[in-house]
Amino acid sequence: MAIKGVSLSVAQGELVSLIGANGAGKSTLLQAICGLLSRWKGEVLFQNVPIKGIDPPGIVRKGISMVPEGRLIFPPLSVMDNLKLGAYTMYRRKQHHQIAQDLEMVMTLFPVLKERIHQPAGTLSGGEQQMLAIGRSLMARPQLLLLDEPSMGLAPLLVDKILKTLVDLRENGLTILLVEQNATAALKIADRGYVLETGRMVLQGTAADLLADEEVKRAYLGKDYEQFYEGLNS
Amino acid sequence: MLQELLQYLFSGITNGAIYGVIAVGFSMLYSSTELINFAHGEFVMLGALGLVSLWGGLGIPLPVAFLLVVIGVAVVGFLFERLAIRTVRKPNPIVLVIITVGASIFLRGIGMLTWGKDAYSVPPFSDHDPIDLAGAKLLSQSIWIVGIALFFVILLHLFFKKTLTGKAMIACAISKKAAWLTGIPSERMVLLAFFLSTGMGAVAGIIIAPITMCSYDMGTMLGLKGFCAAMLGGLGSLWGSILGGFILGILESLGVGFFSSSMKDAIAFFLLLLILYVRPGGIIMAKDIKRF
Repeated sequence: MAIKGVSLSVAQGELVSLIGANGAGKSTLLQAICGLLSRWKGEVLFQNVPIKGIDPPGIVRKGISMVPEGRLIFPPLSVMDNLKLGAYTMYRRKQHHQIAQDLEMVMTLFPVLKERIHQPAGTLSGGEQQMLAIGRSLMARPQLLLLDEPSMGLAPLLVDKILKTLVDLRENGLTILLVEQNATAALKIADRGYVLETGRMVLQGTAADLLADEEVKRAYLGKDYEQFYEGLNS
Repeated sequence: MLQELLQYLFSGITNGAIYGVIAVGFSMLYSSTELINFAHGEFVMLGALGLVSLWGGLGIPLPVAFLLVVIGVAVVGFLFERLAIRTVRKPNPIVLVIITVGASIFLRGIGMLTWGKDAYSVPPFSDHDPIDLAGAKLLSQSIWIVGIALFFVILLHLFFKKTLTGKAMIACAISKKAAWLTGIPSERMVLLAFFLSTGMGAVAGIIIAPITMCSYDMGTMLGLKGFCAAMLGGLGSLWGSILGGFILGILESLGVGFFSSSMKDAIAFFLLLLILYVRPGGIIMAKDIKRF
C-alpha cells in the first residue's frame, strides 16, 4: 500500500477525480488526508493550514468529510439517527438551526431517504446506503468532500444518479475529491483528474484531456488493444 | 410448597436484579471496547464498602451517599481507563484482559488496606415490615433492589435510545472507524463507557450492601456471577443482561432451596458452560451481539 512522491491539489469549488486500478494507493491517499493513517511522511494543507497529525474527528471539525469505501453506515440505527450522527460535530457546536436546514437539504437531494427515515439503515438497498453515506457526511457541513469508490457494487443507473448528485453539489459550491476505479464515469463529471499507478502519480490534467489520452484509454477506460490497432477508436 | 416456591422466587429475583445490574456493566463495556473487565466485581465491592463508610460510618443521608459513591466509583473507573488501559502501547485483547485481572487484584488490595479484613453490614434502606404474600415474606430491601435496578436500566436504555451521545456510543461499538470518520471522538466514548459501566457496578454494590456482608473480597464472586449472567443473556445486550441476571438468580435460589445450598455457586458456572456449548451468543442472540 505504499505511495511515494505523490502530490495532488484541489482548488476551491473544483471536482477532482483520482483514478487508478485496485491497489494503486488511492484509498491510502484519502486515509492520509482524513487522519486515519499514522506514521507517514509528507504534508497535507487545507486552506493553507497543515492538518497532518489531526485525528479524524478533528479533520471533520476542520471541514473535511469522507464517504468511506464500503459506505460504513451504522446498520442497526435508523436512517434518521445515521444522519444525526453525521451532524455530531454540529450538535456539539449547538448549531441546531443549521442541522435542520441540512437535514432538509439531504432529504431534497435523496427523497428516498425521507421515505425510509425510520427504517434501520441496514435494510436499505446498496444504492440507498450509498446515498445515506453521502447524506451523512454532508450533515457535517464539509467544505471538502472526499469520496472513496462511491460507485462500487452499484448498478449503472444508480452510479449515474450518485455522480449527478456530486455535480449538483459542486454547483452549490462544494469542493469534491472523488476516488474511483470507474474511470470513464469519474472523469466525465470532473474538472481535473489524476491517475495513480502503483503508488505513483503517472498522469494529471483536465478531465477532457485525460479522457482523450491514449494511455488512459488503454489502461482505464476499457478500450481494448484491438480497437487501437485497427484504428477504430478515433 | 407454594409458600416455599414464592419465597425462593423472591430471593431469586432479588439476587437476579443485582446480577443483572453487574451484567449490564460487563455488557456495556464489552459493547464499546470488546473488553471483558475482570475487575468489574471490584467496583461492586467499592460501591458496597463506599456506602458502608459514607452512610453507615459518616452518617451522610442515604440519597446523597448513594450519589457520591456512584460518582466516586465511576471516577475510579475513569482513572482505571486513563492510567491502566489507555497507556498500553500495543492494546491487543489478551494484554488488556490481563491488565483488568491485575487491576482486580490491585483494587482488592486497596480495599483490604482501607477497610481491613472485617465484614461490615448496613441496615436496609427503609425499615418497613416485610410484606406477606401467601405466607412468603417479601423484604422491603428486595423491593428497593429490584426498583433501583430497573430504574437504572431504564435510564440507560433511554440514554442509548434517545440521546445523541448514547447513539454515538452505539455507533462506536458498531464501527470505530465509521464513527471516527463521522466526527465522533471515540476515545471519549470509551472513557464514558468505563465511567457508566463502573458506575453501574457501584449501584449494584450499594443495593446489595444491606442484604450481605460487605468485605474487601466480596467482589470476585459477584463479578463472576455478573459475567455468567451477561454471557447467559447475551453479552452486549442491555435487556439480555438483565434477563440473564434474573434467570441466574432464580435458578440459583431454586437450586439452593430444593437441592442443597452447597450448589449455589456451582449453578452459575454450570449455566455458563451450558450456554457456551449450546448457544454461545446468549439467549438474546442478536445478529451482531456487539451492540445494544
